[in-house]
Amino acid sequence: MRAILCLENIHKSFGGVQALKGVDFELYPGEIHAVVGENGAGKSTLIKIISGVHSPDIGKIIFENREVAIENPRIAQALGIATVYQEPNLYPDLSVLENLFSGRLLKRGFLLDWEKMRQRAKEVLSLLDVDLVLQAPLKRLSRAQTQLVQIARALLAQARVFILDEATAALSPEETKRLFEILERLRSQGVGIIYISHRLEEIFRLADRVTVLRDGEVVGRAKVRDISVNRLVQLMVGREIRDLYPRTPRTPGRTLLEVRNLSRRGVFEEISFEVKEGEIVALAGLVGSGRSEVARAIYGLDARDKGQISLEGQQIPPRPWDALRAGLILLPEDRTRQGGILSFPISWNIGFSIIDYLRNRWTIDERREHCLAKEMIQLLDIRPPKPELSLGSLSGGNQQKVVLGRCLLVRPKVLILDEPTQGVDVGAKAEIHRLMDRLVGEGMGILLISSDLPEVLGMADRILVMHRGRLVAHLPRGSSPEDIIKAATGLAEAPHVR
Amino acid sequence: MYVDRARQLSILAFLLVLSLALLAYAPSFFQPGNLKDILVNASYLFVAAVGMMLVILTGQIDLSVGAILAICSTAAALASKAGWPLFAVFLLALGLGGALGLLNGLLITTLRIHSIIVTLGTMNIFRGALIYWTQGAWIYDLPSDFRTVGLGQFGGIPYPVWGAIVTFALFAWILTQTSWGRSLYATGSNPSAARLSGISTPKIVLGAFIVNGVLVGLSAVLFSTRFSVIQSNIGYGFELLVITSVVVGGVHIFGGSGTLLGVALAALLLSMIGTALTFFRVSSYWELTLQGLFVLGAVALDIMRTRRSLQRGEV
Repeated sequence: MRAILCLENIHKSFGGVQALKGVDFELYPGEIHAVVGENGAGKSTLIKIISGVHSPDIGKIIFENREVAIENPRIAQALGIATVYQEPNLYPDLSVLENLFSGRLLKRGFLLDWEKMRQRAKEVLSLLDVDLVLQAPLKRLSRAQTQLVQIARALLAQARVFILDEATAALSPEETKRLFEILERLRSQGVGIIYISHRLEEIFRLADRVTVLRDGEVVGRAKVRDISVNRLVQLMVGREIRDLYPRTPRTPGRTLLEVRNLSRRGVFEEISFEVKEGEIVALAGLVGSGRSEVARAIYGLDARDKGQISLEGQQIPPRPWDALRAGLILLPEDRTRQGGILSFPISWNIGFSIIDYLRNRWTIDERREHCLAKEMIQLLDIRPPKPELSLGSLSGGNQQKVVLGRCLLVRPKVLILDEPTQGVDVGAKAEIHRLMDRLVGEGMGILLISSDLPEVLGMADRILVMHRGRLVAHLPRGSSPEDIIKAATGLAEAPHVR
Repeated sequence: MYVDRARQLSILAFLLVLSLALLAYAPSFFQPGNLKDILVNASYLFVAAVGMMLVILTGQIDLSVGAILAICSTAAALASKAGWPLFAVFLLALGLGGALGLLNGLLITTLRIHSIIVTLGTMNIFRGALIYWTQGAWIYDLPSDFRTVGLGQFGGIPYPVWGAIVTFALFAWILTQTSWGRSLYATGSNPSAARLSGISTPKIVLGAFIVNGVLVGLSAVLFSTRFSVIQSNIGYGFELLVITSVVVGGVHIFGGSGTLLGVALAALLLSMIGTALTFFRVSSYWELTLQGLFVLGAVALDIMRTRRSLQRGEV
C-alpha cells in the first residue's frame, strides 16, 4: 500500500531553537498513527507543518504521490487535511453553527444555505452524541464542548488525513469513548489518522503504529502491538521512570483551608470541606460537574452567592489578590488563556506573583528575579532553559511548568492545582508528582483537581467527588476507580458524605 | 518582552528622510526659532500622549482628554487672573486633571463599563460643564507671569521642552523598572492572567486613569500658558491627535505592548508635519490626511509584524 502522506527529512527551527532535525514520517490510509514524545519534542511543530501553519526550512512533503508545498492552512484544507488543535482556534463570538462551517459555508446560488448547514451539523453532532444549541455563541460553551465543536468541524470537512492533537484532554470518559468509535469508523473507511496524546493508555487502545519523537528527532517507530508501555516511555524520556505516583505516608496536621457552604446558583451548592497541613485532597468528578468552578470561587475569581472560606482560621475576602496574600494560590486549568503572559519572558512570568517582594525600594530587582527563575527552570526542567525567552515561544507543557513555577515561588500554604499534568509528558508528570509529595512534606496543603483517575488515586490522601454541582462522596485513600466513577456519574449514594 | 525596535527605526528613518528633503528644498525650516516652535508643540502633545499610553497599555482608552485639557487650561487661566501664585495654579491644573481621571477610572472599574463608552460620555459632560461655567466666553488679559511658563526658557531650552524631557525620563523609568509599570503591560496583555497572578487589575486601571489625568493637567499648563487668550473650545479634537501619536508610536491599540521612545518620536513627527507642509508650500489642509495615513501605515506594520511572529511560532 502506498502512503497517503510522506514527510522526508523535515527541518524546522524557531529563532535559534531547532524544533525538528530531519524527521521522516509516513502515514498510510486506514491507519491510526500515534505520535508521542515529551513536551517540546516537536510533536506540535510536526503537525503544524502538515497543516500549513508553519513551513519547513528543509524537507519534502509528499501527499498522495505528489510533492506539495503546504504554505498555509487553506492549502492543507483543500488537500483534505483536517486538524483538531490542542488549543481551539475558533471564533468565540460566532455561533456554534457558524464555527462548524467557517471557511467553507454552504451556498445555494448567492445565498447561504443555512437549512442544509443546520441539517449537516445536526447529523455530525448526533454522531458524537452531543446536544448543543446551534445558535449559541461559542464562548458560552465549556472547554469540553468547544473541543467537541472542533472535532465536529474536522469531521464535516470529510478529510483524507485527520490530525488530533491532545483532542481528549478536556473530554469525559464517555465522550472519549464515542470519539474513539468514530475514529475507528474513519479508519475502516481508509482515512489516515495522526493521533497525538500524552495518555499512553489511549494509544495502546486505539493506535496501529507509533512514532516516538525526542528533541526534534525520531527515536523510535513501532507497531503498537509489538511494544510495551515501559519500552515506549523509556524511548520518550530517554531514561527509565521508576515511580509515577510517589507518596510518602504522613499524618495530616492542623486545618489550613476551610470551605463552608460555598454556593453559586446553578453551578454548585453547599460545598464544605477542609484541607489540612501535609495533605493532598483531590476534587474529582466529570468535566462540567463544577470542580473547576469551585476552585475559581475559592480563589475569588468568580463571585459566590453564599459561603465562607478561611485559611488558618482567618476569613479570606473573595478576591484573588487577597487570597494570594493570605497564602492561597490557584494553578489554572486553561494555561494559555489564563495562566501566563505570552509576550513576557519566562523570568517575568515566574516572578510575577511575588513582584512586590522583588523590589529594591522602588525598582524590580531583575537580577534576583533572573536567579529565582533559573532555579525554578532547573527544578521543573523547563526547556529550553533560558529565562529571557518569551513564554509564547515555549511548547504547551513547558508553559504549564512556567505557570506552576510562578505559583510555587509564592510559597503558598495551600496550593490549588487544576489539572496540573494535563498536556504534560510522563517525565514531567512524575516530576510534578514528586514535587507535590515534597511540598506537602514541608507542610503545605494541596487541593488537586484532575480528570486523570490514576493520578487522583495515586496522589490523593482523600478524594471528594462532585456530581452536578454537589459533593456526593468522600472517599479515603485506597479506594477503587469504580468507587469514584460510580459517585461521579451519580450511580452511587456514597456513604461518607459529610 | 518584545520591544518594537522596528517601529522606532522606521519613524526615525521617516524623520530623517523628511529632514533631508527639507534641507534640500526649504533650508529655512531649520531656523532655530522654527525648530523651537516644533519642539514646544511636540512637548505638550507628548506629555498627554504618555498619559494616553498608560491607559491604552492596560487595554483601555480615554476620549475625554481634550475636554480635560480644556477644563484644566480654563481653571489655570482663571486662577492666575484671580492672582494665585504660579505654583498654586500649577497644582490646581494637575490636581483637577487627576480628579477628572479618577472620576473616569471609578466609573470604569466600579460600573464595569468599557472605557470607550464611559469617556465618550464624560467627554461631553466635561465639555458641557465647561461651557456652562464660562458661558462660552473667552478669557483675556492673562497676567504675564502665567505666560512665562509657555514662553520662557532655561539654558536655551523652552520650559515646555523641559517638561517633556522630565516626563520622558520619569516614565521611561516607571515603565521599565517598577512593578507598577510591568503590571500595566500585564493587565493589557492578558487581564485574566494578571488577576490570577494576584494583580488587582481594577486598581491598575484606576491608577492609569489618574496619572493620565495629571499628565493632561501638566500638558494643559504647558499648552495654555503660550497664549494671551483661552478660548472655550480649546483642545477640541485633541484626544484624537493624542491617540494618533500613541498608535503611530507603536503602542498596541488593545494594550499590552509599546515603548515610550516610539511615542516620543511619533509626537515629534506629528508636530513637525504641519510646519513641514507649509515650508514645502503644500496646503496645510493635507496635515490631517497625512496623520490618517500614518495611522494606517502604523497598523499595516503591526499586522505584518504579527504575521511574521506567527510564522516564527511566537505569539
